Amino acid sequence: MSRQKILNSLAAPLLAVAFSLVVVTIILFAFGSNVFEVFNAMAVYGTSPRSLTLMLNLATTYYISAVAVAIGFKMNLFNIGVNGQYMLGGMCAAAVAGSLNLPGVVAIPITIFVAIAVGAAWAGVAAWLKSARGVSEVISTIMLNFIALGLISYTIIRTNVGRPAALNVRGTEIIPPNGRMVGWNLLSPSIKVYGFIIVAILIGVLYWFVLNRTVFGYDLRASGLSASAASASGVNSKRMVVITMLISGGIAGMVGLPDLLGNDPYSYTLNFPSGYGFTGIAIALLGRNNPIGIAFGAILWAFLDVSSQILDIENVPREIVTIMQGVIVLAVVVAYELVRRNRVKSEQQNVGEALAQKESSAS
Amino acid sequence: MNTKSPSIRIFAFFISAMTLLSISRIFADTNDLTSRGTMAAAFGLAVPIGLAGLGGLWSERAGIVNIGLEGMMILGTFGAGWAGWQWGPWAGVLGAVTFGMLGALLFAIVTVSFGVDQIIAGTAINILGLGLAQFLAKLAFSNAPGGGQSQSPPVKGLLPSVTIDFIADPLNTLQQKGWFVISDLAGMFSGLFYHLSYLTILTVILFVLTGWTLWRTSFGLRLRSAGESPSAAETLGVNVIRYKYIAVIISGSLAGLAGAYLAIVGTNVYRGGQTAGRGYIGLATMIFGNWRPMGTGIGATVFGYIDTLQLRDNANIRGLVLFGALVLIALAFLGLRSGVRATSLAFLIIGSALVGGFLASTNMAPEVAQVAPYVTTLLVLATASQRLRPPATAGMAYRKGESH
Repeated sequence: MSRQKILNSLAAPLLAVAFSLVVVTIILFAFGSNVFEVFNAMAVYGTSPRSLTLMLNLATTYYISAVAVAIGFKMNLFNIGVNGQYMLGGMCAAAVAGSLNLPGVVAIPITIFVAIAVGAAWAGVAAWLKSARGVSEVISTIMLNFIALGLISYTIIRTNVGRPAALNVRGTEIIPPNGRMVGWNLLSPSIKVYGFIIVAILIGVLYWFVLNRTVFGYDLRASGLSASAASASGVNSKRMVVITMLISGGIAGMVGLPDLLGNDPYSYTLNFPSGYGFTGIAIALLGRNNPIGIAFGAILWAFLDVSSQILDIENVPREIVTIMQGVIVLAVVVAYELVRRNRVKSEQQNVGEALAQKESSAS
Repeated sequence: MNTKSPSIRIFAFFISAMTLLSISRIFADTNDLTSRGTMAAAFGLAVPIGLAGLGGLWSERAGIVNIGLEGMMILGTFGAGWAGWQWGPWAGVLGAVTFGMLGALLFAIVTVSFGVDQIIAGTAINILGLGLAQFLAKLAFSNAPGGGQSQSPPVKGLLPSVTIDFIADPLNTLQQKGWFVISDLAGMFSGLFYHLSYLTILTVILFVLTGWTLWRTSFGLRLRSAGESPSAAETLGVNVIRYKYIAVIISGSLAGLAGAYLAIVGTNVYRGGQTAGRGYIGLATMIFGNWRPMGTGIGATVFGYIDTLQLRDNANIRGLVLFGALVLIALAFLGLRSGVRATSLAFLIIGSALVGGFLASTNMAPEVAQVAPYVTTLLVLATASQRLRPPATAGMAYRKGESH
């Protein structure tokens, strides 16, 4: 990639972040907060070793979720169902991991495999509905999210998969120490960086490799850019939809694992964090489905989430960060659209000029 | 049933459904399945779902898919709590509609003027609506007497509601007799006239008004043409952009009104998380209803009914399961006659399995009712997607003068 191209692709996200900062500044100013103090408090709190560790851990989760969404985006598939896929995948993986008493090298791959299989299977329902029945994956995955929630609360509340796992909360059997991926005290002596960060990095590398260095990845990108052109060149679009959705769901299945294997209570409880799927959508957009871009997006998002924890003490509702995140998403898609329109316009002008020159030289 | 007029067909379906419901009530031995209390609560819960669905219908009819309904509804609940607490319930309704409209205006600017992906914009509105409502709630309610970080002080006063005793009471007596079908119909109509909120009445009026405006006026024709074929509309001089804006803003005000119902009639306060995904169920009812007000209304009533059963006696859940099973089996026989083999067979198997589950258990979990609306929507989509007809350009960006 040329330097100009890199600058161009960075311009929109940076502008969006800058724009959201302006919006947030105006809001804070309007409600009478000291804007400088608020940002300063966030910066100081957010860069402490403890916060940086929390940030990396959260970013690990966000990264996996965003890659799951991005691979769908690459072929114009909208997997809103990451939420349901990771919750169901996480619960099943937790239940299996809790029942295993094997060395880590065996137990952890089994846990990961279960998460992938369940996530893919849940996405497979949407894939089947789309390819065989023509049902939009947007609607079906929204419905599947809610069905997954019901299935999970049923399993944990009413079957013997669930038991009292933590303080007043039911959850799956606690995962024995062998099956965990606790990680290392890289930045802070009091808190560990999740071991699953390694897997997240691997997922990113694989994502890049499959998309850019394999025939499948080429077909996938081609289908995304022009489904009709791809099918004219022999790509089976229905098959592509199913496979892409299964891969997306499989990756999504792992979204819950960093928390599950790296953090107390090492059990999938009814309080397991929800909403990572929607965050993944935002980050995939911000990172333009690029593995490096997504990493930066995930870190930014995680930094905002972690550093906002200080705000309630500063008497500013920490939800200002959610507002900022919403504005970033809106601003970034608007910026992409404007850039695209601009490019189309300048291309048309170039063609027009070239044609005009040709005509004048011919006459 | 082939030659009859649509209204007779709807009536026949209604009576058949009530018959199946009655059978379920008798076999599950739970009179509460069609009691006045259940029915009245069902109509109540149908209101916010139906309003959200109607909101989705307005916007999709103009070609804009509105996933942001949930966020607009959340803004509505805040507006209702904030204005209602200070100036009474009607001000709360106004506040909710205003907040819903503001969310919709932003959504319209981004999707209509800038033409960005509507699903993404909707997702962003949901994030933003949630964040804004929580942010403002903390600022407005934290130090207010009776309020909290995520809860407003109670709305000042109640919205009036009406009970028409001379209809509701005799019907209620009739319901308690437990007669086949007759008592169930009585319970349903008794519930219709029992503690009827003014907002419920307004909702029914809005449904009728929507049907009339969109299908009987030239304004409605133009609005729908903006969703079916915007470039054709453009050549006829219709200001497509303006109609899309109007549709989205009406959509947001209806979502806001749905929020108002939850905050003012449902609970009397704004509370974080009050909407609980009802914006999405609204979207589902709209699809269930084939992008039509009548169908959306029926869908909302069915989903409201299922929603109610979760909160009431557990025995009702068994009744609901049997009802669902009987509906599936009935549909399977209808399907076999018209020759859709595979689907009918699938329905027959699922239906029989549910009957088996019903017979084998004495108690069923409320989670069954929790997932039932979504499973229903998926089944409808999976089996009837050929018959559903969404507006032709729903979800696509439109730019003035781009088609030549």
